[in-house]
Amino acid sequence: MSLDKDQVQHIATLARLKLSAEECAESVEKLSRIVEFVAQLSQADTQGVLPMAHPLETAQRLRADAVIEVNERDRYQENAAEVSDGLYLVPKVLD
Amino acid sequence: MSLYSQTLTELAVGLENGEFSSVELTQALLDRIAVHNDKLNAFITVTAEQALATAARADAARSAGNAGVLNGLPILHKDIFCTRGVKTSCGSKMLDNFVSPYDATVVERLADAGAVVLGKTNMDEFAMGSSCETSYYGPVRNPWNLDCSPGGSSGGSSAAVAARLAPAATGTDTGGSIRQPAALTGTVGLKPTYGRVSRYGMVAFASSLDQAGVITRSAEDAARMLGVMAGFDERDSTSIDTPVPDYIASLGDSISGLRVGVVRQHFDEGLDEQCGARVKDAIAVLESLGATTVEVDLPNLDLSVPTYYVVAPAECSSNLSRFDGVRFGYRAEGAVDLLDLYCRSRGEGFGDEVKRRIMTGTYVLSAGYYDAYYLKAQQVRQLISDDFKKAFVDVDVIAGPTAPTPAFKLGEKVDDPITMYLNDIYTIGANLAGLPGISVPCGFVNDLPVGLHLVGTHFGEETLLRCAHQYQLQTDWHLACPQGFA
Repeated sequence: MSLDKDQVQHIATLARLKLSAEECAESVEKLSRIVEFVAQLSQADTQGVLPMAHPLETAQRLRADAVIEVNERDRYQENAAEVSDGLYLVPKVLD
Repeated sequence: MSLYSQTLTELAVGLENGEFSSVELTQALLDRIAVHNDKLNAFITVTAEQALATAARADAARSAGNAGVLNGLPILHKDIFCTRGVKTSCGSKMLDNFVSPYDATVVERLADAGAVVLGKTNMDEFAMGSSCETSYYGPVRNPWNLDCSPGGSSGGSSAAVAARLAPAATGTDTGGSIRQPAALTGTVGLKPTYGRVSRYGMVAFASSLDQAGVITRSAEDAARMLGVMAGFDERDSTSIDTPVPDYIASLGDSISGLRVGVVRQHFDEGLDEQCGARVKDAIAVLESLGATTVEVDLPNLDLSVPTYYVVAPAECSSNLSRFDGVRFGYRAEGAVDLLDLYCRSRGEGFGDEVKRRIMTGTYVLSAGYYDAYYLKAQQVRQLISDDFKKAFVDVDVIAGPTAPTPAFKLGEKVDDPITMYLNDIYTIGANLAGLPGISVPCGFVNDLPVGLHLVGTHFGEETLLRCAHQYQLQTDWHLACPQGFA
C-alpha cells in the first residue's frame, strides 16, 4: 500500500518532525516503498505464534528502587542550550 | 616489522618486552592518522593529546608492574560510545555539540585495562545505514578502493583498522553494522550475543537488537578485546549475568568434529557468484581441518529484512524521541512555541535516513497499524529465531557469506533505501535472534575483500573465535594490506 501526502504529514507531526515541502514529497515516495516492502510480512503464517518479547527467552531484570547515582545536574546541563538556576528554558508554554 | 602493521597481540608482546613504549607506538599511529585520514575520513575526532597522556600513564604503570591486559595498546571507539569530556556525535548534526558527561561501560572497561584511545570513528548517522554515507561528517572511503564504501554503520572503524591506523576499534551491530563493514574492508568483525556486552552509554538505536563488538585484523585480537568488554553490568537492564570465559585459552583447540551448517538459501540468487565461490572455498578449508558440513534450512530467511525494517524503526522512533532540543543536542533558532521547538530541532538536526526511520517506526506503531506491522513482525521474529534454534540442534556454527557483494561504489545505493537494506540480508537474522556472529576475511573479488560469516549459539563466542582463529592459521587473507597503506 502506498501513503499519500496527508498521511506522511500526519506521521511527521506525530514524530515531531518539521519537513520541508521537498522532504515531504520525497518521503511520500520512499516511505511508500518501505511500507510496501515490509507488507510482505502479511504472507507469513503466524497463527498461534507469540510475539517475541526478548531475544534470549529471558525476562527483564529488575533492580531495587534505590538511589545509585549522585546528583550531577550542573555538569549534565552543560550540554543544554539554555538553563537558568538549574532549570531548562524553553519557549513560553502559558501566557 | 613496522609498528602499525602489527596486530594487537603482537604489539602487546612488543610492549611487554620493552621493544617500544606506548608513547612511541601511540605517536607512530597518530602520525599515520595525520597522513592517511584525509583520504578515508574515518575519524570524527582524533584525541591526540589525551592519547599521549594515557600512553604515558600506561608506560608508567608498566614500569611500576601494574600493566592491565591491554596496557598501552591503541584502539579506537566508534563515535556512538559516550566518552567523558569528548564529543560524542553519533555521526549526527543533532549531537555535533554534545560532549559526553560520562563514559560508556565499554569505554570504561577498555580504559581500565590500559587501552589508549586514539580517536572516535565516523559512522552512519545514529548507526542507520550500511555505507557510512548518512554521516553528517561525510562518507568514509574504503582503503581497498577509495571510490567504494567501507560498509556501515561502523565504517570508520573498519576503514581505520583495514588501513592500519589502529589495530582494533569498537563497533556496534544492530543489523550487521560490525560484520558487513568488516567483510567489505577485509577485517574481522565480531558481534557478540545480545546482552554479552553492556549497552550502557552506547547511543541507543534499536535496543532489542543493538550490541557492541569489535573490529580487528585477527580473531585472536577480537578474543583479546571481547575478554575485556564482555560481562555483566547492572547499569544495562538487558545485560546477562553469565561468566566470561577466557576467549584466548581455547583458540588453539582443534575444530575437528565441529558441525558447520550451510544454509541452502544463502547461496540462492542475490549472492554475487564469485563471492559465493570464495565462501565455499573457506568452508572447504574448515572441512580440511576436520569440520563436517551439514545442510540446514532457514525457511524464513527472506522475511528477516522486512521484519528488521519494522522492529528497528519502531524502537528507533521511541529511542530518538529523547532528542528534543531542550536538554542536550541541537536546538533550532527562532521557534515560536514549544511544539515548534521540538519539530524544528528534530527536523533540522536529523538527516534524511534517520527521519525516514523515525517516520517508518512511528507509522508501524500508530493506531490501526500496530497489529498489522509491529505485532506481526515480532511474531515473524519468533519464527526466525525458532528456525535458528532448530538448525542448531544439528550444527555448532552456521557458515555463509557476510554480504551479498564486495564493497559497492559510494553513491551507488544511497538513493534507494530498499537495495541498501538488502545488504544486510545475511547478518540481520543473528540480531533478530540475539545470536553472536563474526565476519572473517576469506578472499578477494576484483581486488575487493570478501567475508565469511559464522553464526553461533547464544554465548557461543568461544566456538566462533576458535573456528575463525583456526581458519586464519591456514589462510593469510587477513594479512593482506590495501595498496597505498602498506
